[in-house]
Amino acid sequence: MITGFGVVVAASAALVAVWAFVSAARGREPGRALLVSLGVVEALVVAQLVIGIVLLIAGDRPHSMVTYLAYLVGSLVILPVGAAWALAERSRSSTVILGVACLAIPVMVERIHQIWGAGHG
Amino acid sequence: MAEPSQQRTRRNTATGPGRILVAVYGIFALAATSRAAVQISTKWHEAPLAYTLSAVAAVIYIVATIALARRGEGSFRLAVAAIGIELLGVLVVGTLSVFDQEAFPDATVWSGYGEGYLFIPLVLPVIGLLWLRRTASR
Repeated sequence: MITGFGVVVAASAALVAVWAFVSAARGREPGRALLVSLGVVEALVVAQLVIGIVLLIAGDRPHSMVTYLAYLVGSLVILPVGAAWALAERSRSSTVILGVACLAIPVMVERIHQIWGAGHG
Repeated sequence: MAEPSQQRTRRNTATGPGRILVAVYGIFALAATSRAAVQISTKWHEAPLAYTLSAVAAVIYIVATIALARRGEGSFRLAVAAIGIELLGVLVVGTLSVFDQEAFPDATVWSGYGEGYLFIPLVLPVIGLLWLRRTASR
């Protein structure tokens, strides 16, 4: 995997998480700007999936193919499901939920890179 | 705190801060399930006991997530049972993994009291049970 891009995905998700927690601490419901930034992080996760598939087509192989694909696809659903759950009942708790969902992204990115790296190291 | 309309609905564990709890449990259900699936499918023979417990942990997190997300007496009891077992599991597996490392050559979510997950597995069931007590008395 491309390490630099993984860092970008993880860091931007962490940044949005911090933003969510700060705005929840200030008693805010999720605003449009926060939701847009969540969309940007999701777009980066989609880009990661595309990169992952392109690398597979190029001939590189992770340690475990099934696990690798499961994590790539699994990382896609976290933010949409989290946002749906958060917005079903709007309150400042919704803002915290968005932050929690964002925090799961760096963890997933790290696991994806571990699985990818295991086949090469 | 609760709005009047919510006071009618007894034992609704999925409102207000409870929704955060459900979200965190959902992520742990996902994390535990993935970890167990990876361990069991790729290296079952290395540590069958640890990986079986990983799978058990995954099931308990899934049950707790669903039970907390649903309202009603049955779901409430199920949540108490699942989270009670979870707390017991964290304490027992955590202690065993510290004192009998040969039985746990590889990590489960609950090893070292959840140290691989920032000790959230240890804190989560305590918060969960406190939340259930609060929703029960409302």
